[in-house]
This record gives sequence, structure tokens and C-alpha cells, in this order.
Amino acid sequence: MFLLLGTNLVMAQATSSNATATDSGDTSAQSAGMWASVGYYTLLFLIVCVVVAVVGKILKVYDLTLQMQGRRGINWNNVMATGFLIFLIAGIIGVYYSFTEQGSMILGPASSVHGKTLDTMFWTTFGITFVVFLGTQILLFTFLFKYKGSDKRKAYYYPHNNTIEKIWTVAPAIVLTVLVVFGFLTWRKITNTVDAKGEVASLNVDVTGHQFAWELRYPGKDGKLGKKQSKLVSGTNKLGINFEDKNSFDDLAADTLVLPVNKSVRLNIIAQDVIHSVYMPNFRVQINAVPGLPTYFKFTPTKTTAQMRADLDQPDFNYHLYCNKICGGSHYNMQKIVLVVSQAEYQNWLANQKPYLSDQLKKELKLADNTLYKQYQLQNSLASNN
Amino acid sequence: MSTLAVQDHGVGQGHHDHDHGHHHHETFLTKYIFSQDHKMIAKQFLITGIIMAVIAMVLSILFRIQLAYPEKAFPFLETLLGRFAPGGRLDTNFYLSLVTIHGTIMVFFVLTAGLSGTFSNLLIPYQLGARDMASPFMNMLSYWLFFIASVIMLGSFFTEKGPAGPGWTIYPPLSALPKAMPGSGMGMTLWLISMVLFVASQLLGGINYVSTILNMRTKGMDLWKMPLTIWAFFLTAILGVLAFPVLVAGVVLLIFDRSFGTSFYLSDIVIQNQQTTFEGGSPILFQHLFWFLGHPEVYIVIMPALGISSEVIATNSRKPIFGYHAMVYSLIGITVLSFIVWGHHMFVTGMNPFLGGVFMITTLIIAVPSAVKTFNYLATLWRGNIRFTPAMLFAIGLVSFFISGGITGIFLGNAALDINLHDTYFVVAHFHLVMGSAAIFGMLAGVYHWFPKMFGRMMDTKLGYLHFWLTFIGAYLVFFPMHFMGLDGVPRRYYSFTEIESLKQWVSVNTFITWAAILSALAQVAFLWNFFYSIFFGEKAPQNPWGSTTIEWTTPVEHIHGNWPGEIPTVYRWPYDYSKPGHDTDFIPQTTPFSQTLASNLPHDFEDNPVSLEEHKQWVNTQRSSEKEVK
Ligand code: HEM
Ligand SMILES: [Cu+2]
Ligand SMILES: [Cu+2]
Repeated sequence: MFLLLGTNLVMAQATSSNATATDSGDTSAQSAGMWASVGYYTLLFLIVCVVVAVVGKILKVYDLTLQMQGRRGINWNNVMATGFLIFLIAGIIGVYYSFTEQGSMILGPASSVHGKTLDTMFWTTFGITFVVFLGTQILLFTFLFKYKGSDKRKAYYYPHNNTIEKIWTVAPAIVLTVLVVFGFLTWRKITNTVDAKGEVASLNVDVTGHQFAWELRYPGKDGKLGKKQSKLVSGTNKLGINFEDKNSFDDLAADTLVLPVNKSVRLNIIAQDVIHSVYMPNFRVQINAVPGLPTYFKFTPTKTTAQMRADLDQPDFNYHLYCNKICGGSHYNMQKIVLVVSQAEYQNWLANQKPYLSDQLKKELKLADNTLYKQYQLQNSLASNN
Repeated sequence: MSTLAVQDHGVGQGHHDHDHGHHHHETFLTKYIFSQDHKMIAKQFLITGIIMAVIAMVLSILFRIQLAYPEKAFPFLETLLGRFAPGGRLDTNFYLSLVTIHGTIMVFFVLTAGLSGTFSNLLIPYQLGARDMASPFMNMLSYWLFFIASVIMLGSFFTEKGPAGPGWTIYPPLSALPKAMPGSGMGMTLWLISMVLFVASQLLGGINYVSTILNMRTKGMDLWKMPLTIWAFFLTAILGVLAFPVLVAGVVLLIFDRSFGTSFYLSDIVIQNQQTTFEGGSPILFQHLFWFLGHPEVYIVIMPALGISSEVIATNSRKPIFGYHAMVYSLIGITVLSFIVWGHHMFVTGMNPFLGGVFMITTLIIAVPSAVKTFNYLATLWRGNIRFTPAMLFAIGLVSFFISGGITGIFLGNAALDINLHDTYFVVAHFHLVMGSAAIFGMLAGVYHWFPKMFGRMMDTKLGYLHFWLTFIGAYLVFFPMHFMGLDGVPRRYYSFTEIESLKQWVSVNTFITWAAILSALAQVAFLWNFFYSIFFGEKAPQNPWGSTTIEWTTPVEHIHGNWPGEIPTVYRWPYDYSKPGHDTDFIPQTTPFSQTLASNLPHDFEDNPVSLEEHKQWVNTQRSSEKEVK
């Protein structure tokens, strides 16, 4: 034990000499302050080590004197068993605390149609598993306390019991089957991104990820998004829109993801450089954006931003879309604000968005001589004349 | 090699002399460095593993400091890390490198090589009654490849742009395009080289473990008499041998994409507004290849830990492990199923959603054998006579963590729920409890339990207690709150949570977690001190310190080449005859024949042996009739 103390001292010296060695080049007051605090914490830790060593020594001496007086020493086995019982009680309190304290910071109810189903499923799963969690942990720690070792007892030789084992194989299997079936059906429904016949067509929005931002494109009056091709990406045509497709001409570029409430939206997602992930936790929406592989997510927002602000009593609340797949240095700051608004507000907003087709791009593509584009312009002016 | 002779039980005596001849010619180099002795190799793996674990732990503390104090500068970081922490604040890219190397080292170098490498090497020959591994030379090679892989992995810290940074899962294109981040440059190349060597090491080790277990068991040691540790190592090795090569395939294709302009994983890439020539590949392909190893890998990590804790719990409850057969069958079930669940890591990656549905079904099936194992541990403790050795404490900790972490697997395995949980802190909480904490606790349980066998000395019990409690409490404090962060949609691998409005509320929780992590890290000093001090100055170990039934405790405390002087003992019974009624001590070693324990034999002991069962019945009958006569 004294050796332990001795080595602690040696260690302390070693660290302090180390510290001075690295320090010598740097004389600024700041670094002196820094080493003072590093030294302070090191010292603190060493003192703790010494205290632990001393307490250990005292316990040992105490134990020995007890034994010399012919009494039994500290029964560490019982101390540990009691420790586990205390841990169980403290643990339950801690879990309760954590659930009330941090549990109140989690997302509120989903703001989307499928999200509500997911919430139900989540809480069902939570209910079942939490009972299992508590039950097994309580059994574990109470067994430890109840069956702590003693020289007087002998353990009960009980190598197996096939009936019990069958029960606790089949029971979880049944519960899991229920969860799987529920989950499977929901999953199939959510991932079905094609509008069924007779269903109102979804609003299509294009989301493109690149390091470290999201680009949004809305369809124009025709309600259709023009085609995209990564090979066409250039300084002016950032998304690589193909203007041989006449649906492209009226597409709109937007800064904010604005969505009309209670209307089905289909996000068409792709990435240009590395994998990103479109994540909007309030709507329970997530799907990766993958270069070369278009992905989709179809969902229906059910609550406007304004309603959320009122409900949460947070006037500055906003829905967010952020990247959830590691994509490089600024991964942590690759976000878009999402606004859910009424249908009227949405129309209003949309009317104010700039076309993707900028004047410069028009020049570059020599659209003035393009027959398809001329046709499109003609139609447009006819439509506005009417 | 003399290995074939070794497994020949009859020639033990003569063989031993031959071995002794070797023994005297050993130099420092052949004994401690290029040793071919399984015991020494186990120690090499263990000590390298511990050093790697300490390094990875320090890395985690560095990035935890960033998460706790995102706005604060720490000048000592700059002194320590130089250009990676300009002005005392971690560079964002270097943050990702830290996370990546922390994960890689912990998963592969500590919990795969450090855990399996140590205990498979130590226990397979010892518990099966073999004089060494099937191929001691391959075994040595396995360690040295692992060592070189470790050096290369750590060496990547000294490259100009820092170590690999795309996360331990190294998804391309991020990992394939050096332009995408500094951590995709030279550091990534070294990562890939290191992992190829690592896998070679694992394969050499794995093949060796499997062939030793199949061929070199002592007389009487049939498969159903093997301790659960050996079953676990056996199935782990099979998993590794089948899954690791797929990782190499994935990695080699990635190397091609990086260095030779192929497009296995790349397609339609425009980076920083510049066109590339990559065409026709699929990033998802890499994910399939990676997780085809990656999921079995997590079981490669946990199964040895489960095996060790089965052994430790049975020994220290002084009770047979409950449902030995069920335990083996669940391990087999996990092994088989773990090959068909990898897609649960890819539910939202753009993989065909129908496939997602299928993987969800297989995933929730794998939860059943995991649940059975938990229940069997509880039943083993029930009405036991529990001795709280430090090893036992850690094994209990494993059970607790395995429950806590396994339960969240049920949420994540459900594709529909995973939509909102994928890549959040909920996943971080899940796998740090079930893998990080549980498997590390299994490893520590093994170290405390077999330390006397490895070093011939005992570790200090009280320091072990201190180590356990601080780590146990600390780990829960660190990982439990992370569930709630995940449920709030907090993404993992974020440098800070200050940029996104809705995430700012978590900074205070992060500060708390960091302090809990620092506490747990400091608690490891108690272990390190105990470990290294006890190697040299610990109390001398007795022959069988824990009163175990398994045969490694019949070898002499002082290590000798070939493990047993004289003949290798014969095994007569299963390894779990603890507290058998009718026997005077509370354990019957595997080497005790049934003929010496007539009073305690049970019909159960002869289930697979009708002749002996008949004899046993007769003996019981005569016993009964003589009792009657006395009356
Ligand atoms: C009860 C059985 C288990 C189930 C159902 C399960 C399920 C899952 C699922 C679905 C994921 C993916 C989550 C996501 O990324 O969105 C996951 C992640 C993970 N699991 Fe488990 N798991 C189980 C047990 C284990 C065990 C025993 C280990 C290791 C010892 C483990 C280690 C991991 C790791 C390391 C990850 C994260 C990988 C990453 O993305 O970096 N799991 N688990
Ligand atoms: Cu991103
Ligand atoms: Cu998995």
C-alpha cells in the first residue's frame, strides 16, 4: 500500500516534469494559466487517488483488528449484495427522474398522418418493453441480494427445466410477432410513395443535397418537375436541370421548404457528392439522399407552424430539416427551415418564387432560338391573355 | 510441428520431455516477443488490447469535451493536438476523425481482437485439455498482424490531414473521394490497409480456434461437455471466418475506387461543382458488403462476452448454468440468424423497402434467442449461493447492460420506428449499452477471473470493487440520457448542437454526460493500477482460486510449455456440477469420474449414455433396499 502511495508521488512528479518540458517553448500568460488549470486537475485527481489509497488502507487495518479481536471482519459479500439493492432503488429513482426531466424534452406528437401511427406503435412497444426492462432488472438485483452467499447455505442444484424454457422462448416470440406484423404493415404503407389511382396527386418537391446545403425546386404551373441529370450540373445550372424537357421551364427555386397543411407531399430526393439524409423528426420523416440513386418520401403534414407555435407557446418555434448522415466537416450545420402553412398562404408564397431558369441560364442555353421554349412562351402568354 | 502428437492423449508423458527440451532453449525473443505459446500470445493480445482501449477512451474524452463545451476554447487541446485544434477548439473534421478512430479501435481492436484474441487463445487449449493451439505458428502470425494493424491505425494520426474521418462504417462516396473531407485522404488509405491486415489476423486466429476445438479435445471432452466459453469462442470464430472476408471484398473494391478510378460504389457525382467521371456504381452496394460483416461483427463482440459471463456466473453462483443446452442452441441460433439481418442497418438508406420489411422480420426473430439467454442467467442466479468476486460483479453488470441495450434493439429493429430513430443518439445509446458496456464488462469479468491463470497472481479485490461500481454507475449515467436525445431527433456524429435551434436544449445534458464519462474514464485508473501492479506484486495465486470445475485450474500455477506436466487429464462430466446434492464439496471438477461420486449422481448425468444410466438405476435401487434393511 505504501508502494502505491510512493508511486503516486512518482507519477505526480513525472507529469509535472512533462508539463514543464512541453511548456518551455510557449511563454504566453495564457498558456501559463492553462498549465495551472491542467496541473490543478491533475493534482486533484492525485489527491483523490491518495485518499482512496488511505481509505483502503484504513479499511484493511480495521478489518485486521476486528479479526485479531476474534470477531468477524467486514463481510464484503454482504456489502456488495446490499450495494446492488441500493443500486436497484437508486436506479429506479434515477430512471424516474430521467423520464420526467429529459423525457419532457423529447419530440411532441407527430405533425404528420403516418407519424401518428408511428407514435402509437412507439408507445405500444415502449409499454411492453418497459415492463420487461423493469421486471428483469428488478429480478436480477433482488436475486443478488436474496441469494447472496453464505457458508451455511448450499445453492439449489437446478440444471434445467424444459417447460419453463419453452414458455420463455414462446412468449417473447409471440409478443415480437405481434410487433412485427404491426410494424410490417405500417412500413409497407409508409414506403408506398406512388399516388394510387383516384387519389389526389401529391405535391412534388425536389430536394437535392450537397456539401453542405439543401437545394429545393418546386414545380411551376404545370405541376410537374422537369427532368434532372447530374452530367448537366454546372455553375449556372446547379441542379443539372434538363431543358429539353418542357416541364423544366416553369420550375421554381426556393429557399425554404414551405408546405401546405393537410396535403400529401412527395419529396424527390437525391445527392450530388456524398450521402446525406433528409431528416425532419417532427414529421417522422427520414430517408437518405444518395448520389446516383433517387429516393422518395411521401407524407402529409397535419399541423401548421403557427399552430405548433401556439400549442407549444414558443413564438419562435420552427420545423427543421437537417442532414442526418455524416457527410463531412459541416455536417452538423446542414439545415433548412420548414414552414407548414395554410393552402392560401402556400399559393401566395409560391407566386412569389423565382423561376429556376435564370436569365443567364437562358443565354447560356441559347433558349431564344429554341423552338420548344418559344412554344412554351407562346402558350404562357396566351394563358395570361385569357 | 509436433501438434498432432500433442493431441494424442496417450503419449503425454513422453511428449512432455520433448517439450521441456524446447523450454530451455528459449531466448527472450522467442519467449516474450515471437512466442508461439498460446498463454503468452493471449497475454500479448490482452495487453495490446488494453493499451488500445485506453487510447480509444482518451479519444472519446476529447470529443466529449467538445460536445459539453461547444463554445469554449481549451488551450491545452492546441498544445496536445496542434493543427487539429487551432485556438484550443477541435477542428470539425478532426472531431469526425476522433469519432471514427474511437469506434474503429473499440469495435475491432479492443472488443474483437482484444477480447477473442485473449480469451480464445488462453482458454481453448486450457479448457479443452490441449497442449497448445492447432498451429502455434499461425497463432503467432495472427498476433503480429494484429500488432502491425494497430500501429498503422494509430500511425494515421501523424499524417498531414489526420486519420480517417467518415465514421467507423466508412460509407462511400464520403470515404472514396479525398476531396470530400480531409479524413478521406491518406488517413483513409491507412485505415483500409490496417483493416485488411486486421482481417488477415482474425482469419488466422479464427481458423486456428475452430480446428483446435474440433480436433484437439482431451479424452472424454465431447462437444456437450465443453464449457459455454468454448462454445461461444467456437461459434464466434465461425462467424468471423465467414463474415470477415466479405469486409475485405468491400474494402478492396473501395481501394480500387479510390486509387484506380473504378466506379464500384460511385455514380453521378458532382463534387464542389465539379463533374467526375464516375458512372454506374452503387453506394448501397458498399453498405450491403459492410453490414454483411458489420452485423455478425456485433455478435462476434458479444458472444465471447456472453460465454465468459456464463462461466463466471455459474462458478460464483455455485450453481449449474440454467439450461445449458438452451444456452448452446441460442448461441447457434444467433450465429445463423446474424447472417440474415444485416439490412436493419439500412432501412432508410434507399434500399428497396420490401427488403426492409423482410429484414425487419429476421431481426425481431434474433431477439428471441437473446431473450432466452437473459432469462437463463436470471434462473441461474435464482437460489444460488452468490459470491461477489470482482469478476462476478462485472458479469452481473453485463447482464444488466445486455437487458437495457437489447430492449432498445426491438425499437430499432422495427423498420417503421427506425425511420425516426436511425442515426440518432438512440442508436448510440443502444449499441453502447449492448456492445460498448456489456461486452467490455464481459471482457473485464474475464480478466478478473482468469488473471490468476494468466499471471499466477491475484488482483486486489477491493480495487476491483471500486472499479466496478464507478464504471457501472458511470456507464449508465453516460448512456441512459442519450435515449432521450435520440427521441428528440438529435443526430449522431454532430460536431455541436448549437447550430440547429431545436437541438440547443441538449447542451446541458451533454455537459452532464461528459462529466460522467470523465468519471468513468478515471475509474479505469483503478483497473490499470490493479492490473499492472498485480502482475508483479500481486498475492501468489492458489491452484484453484474460485473453486471451479473446469480443467484449466488443474494446470500448475507456474506456466509450463505444454500446460500439463505429465498426462493431460481425462474429462468425465459436464463443467457445471456445482452444489450437487449428495456431494461433500460444492463443486465437482470435470476430471472426477462418476464412479467416485456415486452418492451425488443423477439420472440427468447419463441422459446420453443408456448403459451408464442402467448402472446408475441399479445402484440407486440397491442403495434404497439397503436403506430399508437398516430400518
Ligand atoms: C436484441 C437484439 C438486437 C436488435 C433487435 C438490434 C437491432 C439493431 C438495429 C435495428 C440497429 C440499427 C439501428 C439504426 O442504425 O438505425 C442496431 C444498431 C446497432 N446494434 Fe443492435 N440490435 C440488437 C442487439 C445488438 C447487440 C447484441 C449488439 C452488439 C453487441 C448490437 C450492436 C449494434 C451496433 C454496434 C449498432 C450500430 C451500428 C452503427 O450504426 O454504427 N446490437 N441494432
Ligand atoms: Cu449532409
Ligand atoms: Cu445489426
